[in-house]
Amino acid sequence: MRIVCPFCGERELGEFTYLGDAKPVRPAANASEDEVFDYVYLRDNVAGETSEHWYHAGGCRAWLKITRNTLTHEISSVEPAAGVGAAKVGA
Amino acid sequence: MKYSIFSLARAAFSGHKTWQRTWRDASPKDHYDVVIIGGGGHGLATAWFLASEYGIRNVAVLEKGWIGSGNAGRNTTIIRSNYGLPGNTGFYELSMKLWERMEQDLNYNTMVSQRGVINLYHSDAQRDAYARRGNTMRINGIDAELLDLAAVKKMMPFLNFDNARFPVQGGLLQRRGGTARHDAVVWGYAHAASAIGVDIIQNCEVSGFVRDANGKVTGVETSRGKIGAGKVGMAVAGSSSRVAAMAGLRLPIESHVLQAFVSEAIKPLIPNVMTFGAGHFYVSQSDKGGLVFGGDIDGYNSYAQRGNMPVMEDVCEGGMALLPMIGRVRLLRQWGGIMDMSMDGSPIIDKTPVDGLYLNAGWCYGGFKATPGSGLVFAHLLARDELHKEAARFRLDRFRRGAMIDEKGVGAQPNLH
Repeated sequence: MRIVCPFCGERELGEFTYLGDAKPVRPAANASEDEVFDYVYLRDNVAGETSEHWYHAGGCRAWLKITRNTLTHEISSVEPAAGVGAAKVGA
Repeated sequence: MKYSIFSLARAAFSGHKTWQRTWRDASPKDHYDVVIIGGGGHGLATAWFLASEYGIRNVAVLEKGWIGSGNAGRNTTIIRSNYGLPGNTGFYELSMKLWERMEQDLNYNTMVSQRGVINLYHSDAQRDAYARRGNTMRINGIDAELLDLAAVKKMMPFLNFDNARFPVQGGLLQRRGGTARHDAVVWGYAHAASAIGVDIIQNCEVSGFVRDANGKVTGVETSRGKIGAGKVGMAVAGSSSRVAAMAGLRLPIESHVLQAFVSEAIKPLIPNVMTFGAGHFYVSQSDKGGLVFGGDIDGYNSYAQRGNMPVMEDVCEGGMALLPMIGRVRLLRQWGGIMDMSMDGSPIIDKTPVDGLYLNAGWCYGGFKATPGSGLVFAHLLARDELHKEAARFRLDRFRRGAMIDEKGVGAQPNLH
């Protein structure tokens, strides 16, 4: 698996760090316990095409949103995810 | 067929032409008291304990491929019970005790070899952590010995003791740990369960659940037709989310790929199972002579049963740091298996919110050693509708209650467990 970073070009997998499914959205501060539980613990765990957040730690240090097939590892798109990943980890 | 020295001698005199199939390849009946989805070690062990301990013999094990074709045949065959947290400690020791009597129970040679498991430590802090873990084990009646450098040198003089960055300082040894022949464990449970009436049905993929008007699960739809069931148990680690989704459930699990490796065969070298504490590398030597080793999961969601190069490199670097002499040994095979990585790194054994459906999942990459224990406690749950006392903390709702069993302490980030 190699990832074509929109800023750095094609790089080897070892430069990237995985955060996970891009679908869950952090609930608002006043959200119910159920919403928070769902966000923190439950996953669709899709077998097939899914979008994910990756971090180009060994390169431009940008957060990326990658569409990838979990059955084949085939990557169909890589986009910058400015702010999205940082917001997810509360940075 | 019962295996013994006499059956071996009899077969030897007839040129080994009289051996019969060790288990019965069944066709599905219309209805069973219990249907277990997943013909791996855990599913077959569950069927065996249901039939032998709990008297429920009208049981089917459904396997989409051939038995043992998933993670049961893809692991590094290590057995141990050196866990530190309440919930895990007692459960894995229950499993260890079942390993010790497995061959007699099943009348099958599963090649259980208690050659010892040693976790090496490389710093004062790591020694203290291992001392604590060893003490936890001993308080719970499990064997553990903290070895100093001299003892490790005596036991394994071939290690690299000149590593300036990560010097070997000693290790935590569990002598009762070791390895077992993974395929034989599958065949052994199939042999014993089949002999007392369990139907093992291969090439039978579950495609949905049959539900009654109240939503209770009353059977499964499969590639070999509809099969009715009093209760349905899922033991499909790696694919738990996919099967649970057929019943409308979302689980606190991500599927990740873990790679394992075997080198070409060499003369006897590694006397035990050992782990490099400064990276993630564990190794043992098979009876055929190959070094069997592995390390971390790849770290991204996958159902592909194959991994990528960065982890291969990392694992081999760990091996080279500990055993520089293996640098000339060639890698023979490498493969991947799909792990149910749970949100706290520990398994889930519980009823689900769907009536009639029971869950055995989330084994992360520690499922092989748990095989007999998992079978016993899951059978207990299916038979009695209550959790076995050694599995009482593996509840599905522990995430909501905040009662995590997080050995590594990394939180709800499955790829870090």
